[in-house]
Amino acid sequence: MALGFKSAQKAVLESQIWKSIFRHGYAMNRRNRLLAVTNNVFYHILPTKISKYGMRMRFHWGAGIITFYLFLVLTFTGVLLMFYYTPMVPRAYYDMKDLQFVVPFGNILRNVHRYGAHAMVFMVMVHMARTFYTSAYKPPREFNWVVGVILLVFTFLLSFSGYLLPWDQLAIWAVTVGTNMARATPLLGHEGPFANLLGMKIDNDVRFALLGGTTVGSATLLRFYVLHCIAFPIILTAFIAVHFWRVRRDGYSGDVFVRGEG
Amino acid sequence: MAKDSDASIGEGSVTRRRFMNFVGWGSFVSFFGGITLGTLRFFFPRVLYEPLQQFIAGKPEDYQVGEVSTRMLKEQRVWMIRNTEGIYALIAICTHLGCTPIWHPAEERIKCPCHGSNFLVDGQNVAGPAPVPLFRAAISLDLAGNIVVDKGRQENQPDKRAKPPFLLPVPKA
Repeated sequence: MALGFKSAQKAVLESQIWKSIFRHGYAMNRRNRLLAVTNNVFYHILPTKISKYGMRMRFHWGAGIITFYLFLVLTFTGVLLMFYYTPMVPRAYYDMKDLQFVVPFGNILRNVHRYGAHAMVFMVMVHMARTFYTSAYKPPREFNWVVGVILLVFTFLLSFSGYLLPWDQLAIWAVTVGTNMARATPLLGHEGPFANLLGMKIDNDVRFALLGGTTVGSATLLRFYVLHCIAFPIILTAFIAVHFWRVRRDGYSGDVFVRGEG
Repeated sequence: MAKDSDASIGEGSVTRRRFMNFVGWGSFVSFFGGITLGTLRFFFPRVLYEPLQQFIAGKPEDYQVGEVSTRMLKEQRVWMIRNTEGIYALIAICTHLGCTPIWHPAEERIKCPCHGSNFLVDGQNVAGPAPVPLFRAAISLDLAGNIVVDKGRQENQPDKRAKPPFLLPVPKA
């Protein structure tokens, strides 16, 4: 055999395709190995240098990274669910039932998406509580707290918009109640304070824009579907990138010496 | 750096490290492999929302001998054709690449507008790129005397397509 494993390996490693993806060979000295870590986007979440005190599980609870992991799981399962779900009033509920009872592995997929969503909301709040109780929101990390609040809001919005999509009684009435609160928005809601200044009525206020009508209906289902599948995930992804970048830039909050540990 | 005891570990012997490696990678591969296989299976649904392949096409006396009827064409993509022997349902799907051919009564030809395939009334391909004749659907009578066409069963071989179940014999009136 002229073409053994070694020569095949060599041919792959020296091809232009391989070299264009992995720009460096296997790093053979300490400096280059460090650079390989610090330059790699997948190792980029934490600062370049971090002490072992910062890595105590009982300090950070892994809440942030678990939330991010759940977001990845929800994106994966959500895209798969989109293959069988039609955001139309005559089909939405029955597509959901088909996913539960007919589509192969549909029920486990739907349940992973559903319970994963609950878990993500829970973990975001755990992460927030941990950040608060360890004073990790204080300078120089106060801006990342603000980014975190934005992420919290968009997690709630994703959860809320996804709640309508099964189009059962629970979904319709939950969103009816939830969006009715938007009537009382100051200035922008037709029942809110100062609404008359902008001439707000039931068919031109912020709730109307959210629902695409005056009641929860077919337009609302389509709007919430587009927001849930396209708009909110893209916005969330952008802020997650900023959030991670600031963790790295601002230094890791748990990276302090604790007397008597280590 | 190797300890003396390492030398006694043979190629195939089971050490704690090898066992843990096997368990660890085995769990990893079976977990993500299971997800991958499940995801692939997910794309093949058990229930389809496609129209029924069977339909009712009126009574035998609705069709005249020598007529190529287009009454079912728009809904079912089938010509109902009656000759001296009986009625058959010719499927209007070109055997080249699946366009809908057009019946030209003046020339007594079925022609496909996409790439110019020509067929005779019996479905035989006579010109153009179509490699085989047009297919006929299974045709029968139900208890009420209605013609039932089943597009799920098709035939285009000359020795088989001109007899039941792909031809409904109709006695001469």
